[in-house]
Amino acid sequence: MNDKNIDDVILAVDNISLSFGVMKVLDSISFDIKRGEIRSIIGPNGAGKSSMLNVINGFYHPQQGSITFKGETRQQMAPYVAASHGIARTFQNIALFKGMSTLDNIMTGRNLKMKTNLFLQALHIGPARTEELENREVAERIIDFLDIQAIRKKPVGKLPYGLQKRVELGRALAAEPELLLLDEPMAGMNSEEKEDMSRFIIDVNTEFGTTIALIEHDMSVVMDLSDRVLVLDYGLQLADGLPHEVRANQDVIDAYLGIPHE
Amino acid sequence: MIQTLNDASLDTFPKLMLSHARLRPDHDAIREKDLGIWQSWTWAQAAGEVRALACGLSSLGLKRGDKLAIIGDNRPRLYWSMTAAQSLGAIPVPLYQDSVADEMAYVLDNADIKIALVENQEQVDKILEVRDRCPRIEHIIFDESRGLRHYQQSFLHNFEKVQAAGRELDASNPDFFQQQVDLSSGEDTAIMLYTSGTTGDPKGVVLTNNNAIITARNGVIREGLGPDEEVLAYLPMAWVGDNLFSYAQSYVAGFCVSCPESGETVGQDLREIGPTYYFAPPRVYENMLTQVMIRMEDASKLKRGIFHYFMGHARKVGVRILNGETVSLKDSLLYSLGNLLIYGPLKDVLGLRRTRLAYTAGEAIGPEIFDFYRSLGINIKQLYGQTECMVFICVQPDGEVFADTVGTPAIDVEIEIDDSGEIRYRSPGVFDCYYKNPESTASTKTKDGWVHTGDAGYFDDNTGHLKIIDRAKDVGKLNDGTLFAPKYIENKLKFFSFIKEAVLFGNGRDYSTAFINIDLDAVGNWAERRNLAYSGYIDLAGQQDVFQLIKDCVNKVNQDLSQDSRLGNSQIHRFLILHKELDADDGELTRTLKVKRSFVAERYDTLVDALYSDKSECHVNTEVTFEDGRTGMLEADLKLSEAEIYPVKSITREVAA
Repeated sequence: MNDKNIDDVILAVDNISLSFGVMKVLDSISFDIKRGEIRSIIGPNGAGKSSMLNVINGFYHPQQGSITFKGETRQQMAPYVAASHGIARTFQNIALFKGMSTLDNIMTGRNLKMKTNLFLQALHIGPARTEELENREVAERIIDFLDIQAIRKKPVGKLPYGLQKRVELGRALAAEPELLLLDEPMAGMNSEEKEDMSRFIIDVNTEFGTTIALIEHDMSVVMDLSDRVLVLDYGLQLADGLPHEVRANQDVIDAYLGIPHE
Repeated sequence: MIQTLNDASLDTFPKLMLSHARLRPDHDAIREKDLGIWQSWTWAQAAGEVRALACGLSSLGLKRGDKLAIIGDNRPRLYWSMTAAQSLGAIPVPLYQDSVADEMAYVLDNADIKIALVENQEQVDKILEVRDRCPRIEHIIFDESRGLRHYQQSFLHNFEKVQAAGRELDASNPDFFQQQVDLSSGEDTAIMLYTSGTTGDPKGVVLTNNNAIITARNGVIREGLGPDEEVLAYLPMAWVGDNLFSYAQSYVAGFCVSCPESGETVGQDLREIGPTYYFAPPRVYENMLTQVMIRMEDASKLKRGIFHYFMGHARKVGVRILNGETVSLKDSLLYSLGNLLIYGPLKDVLGLRRTRLAYTAGEAIGPEIFDFYRSLGINIKQLYGQTECMVFICVQPDGEVFADTVGTPAIDVEIEIDDSGEIRYRSPGVFDCYYKNPESTASTKTKDGWVHTGDAGYFDDNTGHLKIIDRAKDVGKLNDGTLFAPKYIENKLKFFSFIKEAVLFGNGRDYSTAFINIDLDAVGNWAERRNLAYSGYIDLAGQQDVFQLIKDCVNKVNQDLSQDSRLGNSQIHRFLILHKELDADDGELTRTLKVKRSFVAERYDTLVDALYSDKSECHVNTEVTFEDGRTGMLEADLKLSEAEIYPVKSITREVAA
């Protein structure tokens, strides 16, 4: 990862604050994500990590601050704008269509890339047919990439948890995002599944050049994967920097990594 | 029959391929599922790919006699690399793709590998890890570039770039390829295959073009295989069987071979391809059957009822129908109905609907599993083979198929049983030598070409088939001179689902005795259905009902043995059920879960002594190792019992028993 050319900023959030009623979830958060990097957000439960991702892709609207994505500054994002401008995400609790197959779920990720009208699609003729073939090829490349050929036709609801997570990543990749937001991609996985998922995240980053922002609790994973780490604690920004800097930061150790017991 | 089959001038694989490309250029040669679609290459296209690759390998310095390692799953490109190497007179050496780097290092070094052609980053990483131990490796070529973008080493090459270089060389010197192909003949080495090396280091078996091609041809002729067979190549390329079924026979008969999408999709791919010619080790057939049975348990009552009714009928007449015997009109009609409702759809799910010929080999197959497939009308047959002769030693002829024999000698194979009971054979497939290992070659192969198999066996009086009973070194004698083949009898016991493991004693004794381990799942399930309460293995194993259950199994084995004039006297006289499961952590099993018979005999010598006395009970105190490494003591009182002994039949039995 050393030879990655990380320079321009793809996304910057400036002074973001978000509250629900009297509860302040994010308090004046500012940070940026550079093109091509793997950016981790860590923090204890309730620190505001998922809320931060929700602000970035427009699920939540902050009361204060601005979001600059690819040079355009907005007060808030709308989910549709985020998706159509190249932001895709996965969720902490898997949000797949349980009754649909792996392939169909991944194809839904191509939704925004389909330009032909419903009428042509329903009849499966002309440009709609060509378009579907193209989209199917993209989906198949993702299936190949994630090594999930064996579950192509299986309903995802019947798959083990680790594989569902992988399918969800596949659906996010199907949108060919520039910025991929991963909310705890390795939660609840065993060490082998974590290793696989880490490998896929690195491969997505190096092979496709996709910028990745991820929330994760497993410190060894975060420290191995990330280019830079942002630490949140109860809505406050505790630290921001390279993995080894963050690890050495006393505030972070106290708040999150734990105080060594003698 | 196609022309290539009898043309003796086609004595190398590149010549066979070029002949197919000329005579039937548009016939599919190989197929691979990629991006969800079966992609095919015709013989003409495949020949073009091989030509480009061969020239590319030559430009990297691969010359006559050099060795090319091939590592990866079954992929068209990896099969082509075999032919490409052979075109240059170089020798392909396929390696087991799931070996760890350390294991690979030995073979890579021993085989003097010059270039390694591998599937992906995983294999590249393994070779880079051991490269300092294999100094003769000059280049590594990879098929899939994923993850290799940042590898800077100048000796790493992309497969497509090598082919591109080859096309350039071919354009500037268009006669080069054909000249190279013409240099080789049948006497030259075709391939080196490493034996698995369960005893000592792996040995490189050097096989010539004649060994491979004549043996493949004989197999094709004997079974009447044609150019339209469908075969799925899913077993490791380093294994001789894959080299025969998916490579040599495909080149000889000209049929198309299909490569699965990935290791996990083999079941689905099998269904899509519907092979007409299929090989699987017994374990695969066993797993398929288990899957079917588990799914039937979950089916509705009606479906289950129909299934069991027709399977019962199939067991009654299916094998006879397959063997071409006549059955009553009613049975025949009922079987046809069953075919419509159950057998056909079931075979379709298994992917075996079109299978005309299925082989199994390698281990003993349970008679029930064997009969299940045969009663469905799938012509599954056993064969006996070795790497040292390009597989075929014995094959069961159509219509003469038994669960406990391996058939009659294959075409051009001579077989002898020597005085110690060891099987020896001689055939055109007999290997040239073990690579750089004249001592092993001399101890395995005699000057006039006989090969010692290390297996003990005999020709069955009733069927005329060869029967393999055990490894020759494990076979002993009872005091009355009867052959004592422990593994043969242990296997018979283990075919009962209730018996997980068995250890036979008898060498140098008056009679045979057995230790038995029950299968906790199967017997536990059985106990639950009869409302027998138990707390764990030791409790269950000690119950009177369980003892009777196992005794019935032992009696059945004895009855079966009594049918065999040679082994009949080795019926099990006394047995006991062990109070603990034999365990690798206690040193009783090897890590590959094979029983260490002498270790067990020593550890439980009081039990063995008790079996050879008239005691009906024995107290035992055993040290056990728990998973975390701690040890503890296990105490139990074991019951010993006599089993039923049946009079041995010495007269010839009817073949169609």
